[in-house]
Amino acid sequence: MHEMSLCEAIIETAEKQASIQQYKSVKCIRLEIGELSCVEAEAMHFAFDAVAKESIADGATLIIDKVPGQGWCSQCEAKVEIKQRYDACPICAFYPLDIRQGDAMRIKDMEVI
Amino acid sequence: MCTVCGCGENEEQAHEHPHDHSHEHGHHHEHAHPHEHDYSKGEAGVHVAGLSQSRLVSIEQDILTKNNGYADANRGYFSQHSILTLNLVSSPGAGKTTLLTKTIEALDNAFPISVIEGDQQTANDAERIRATGVKAIQINTGKGCHLDGHMVGHAIGDLKLKDQSLLFIENVGNLVCPAAFDLGEAHKVVILSTPEGEDKPLKYPDMFHAADLMILNKTDLLPYLDFDVEACIDNARRVKPGIKVLQLSATTGEGMDNWLNWIRAAREFSLIGSPTSGEV
Repeated sequence: MHEMSLCEAIIETAEKQASIQQYKSVKCIRLEIGELSCVEAEAMHFAFDAVAKESIADGATLIIDKVPGQGWCSQCEAKVEIKQRYDACPICAFYPLDIRQGDAMRIKDMEVI
Repeated sequence: MCTVCGCGENEEQAHEHPHDHSHEHGHHHEHAHPHEHDYSKGEAGVHVAGLSQSRLVSIEQDILTKNNGYADANRGYFSQHSILTLNLVSSPGAGKTTLLTKTIEALDNAFPISVIEGDQQTANDAERIRATGVKAIQINTGKGCHLDGHMVGHAIGDLKLKDQSLLFIENVGNLVCPAAFDLGEAHKVVILSTPEGEDKPLKYPDMFHAADLMILNKTDLLPYLDFDVEACIDNARRVKPGIKVLQLSATTGEGMDNWLNWIRAAREFSLIGSPTSGEV
């Protein structure tokens, strides 16, 4: 359940940014979570509500934008969509592919007051 | 000692400072931005139709930014003192602690070794390590499922590590969560035991992707298991092309030499051009 730690990190960021970007409460937090990253969106929502209680983001909405996985096939010399890290190239079945997108987890922006 | 957060040995002092600061800042803000009250007060009080007080602020940060900051500080400390740090990860029961005690015995005081033990509860593992004569510190994560850079930073301070030493971090037994948390180690070493099955690298790809070395432990049990070694290695390389694989049995000692040589080589490599080698 590392989603709990990740949510704590998100709340800490929200609280730290409050003095820099000058806001008093957070209404909405938008994340970009790669489909190849180690985050389960369901678990993230569950953990977020618990961790956000009595913080600057108490009651805030968590929006998770999923970023599709993308690999580079050195045989086809093409970018291909993948669902798992270990997927083979859907065109020529070659693997391993070089991961180009979808393994990051970022805080994109926040709606604040 | 914690170089990033400043907390640690002088806990009371360290906590007083941030409190004073945040208090002052709070006051500045209220005075510096009275103009906010000129517009729609929205949820702050008065509702004005068509005007929303909320605004969008850009963050654009990796969620793990803070942990990575701690990990970078640890890595800087290790580099400054030429300490080779290995983060051992596996599922519970793969044999991390047995491998560690056998490794420490086999290295036979060739260089100083310290161990950080991570478990949710009990100090059993640290006691097993201490029985070999090396310094060990136990971190109980409580409900936590992994060690993080901050916990390790504190443990480093308590261990008072020697220059050019070897530090093992035995992470919490868990093939999921520790994958994402950088501790500042030189290498993650993932230990997979043969009874777990050859498809583990595909079931837990993040961990195998994060590791530089996979140790296939408990090879002495292979005759009794339906375990396909080649398929296992192929699965690991599918997730992490180029991952090195060593096969051994910590219990019988078979294959341990390769592991010991890998450690010696990694340590030699970490000393080349390091601040403590005198060759810079």
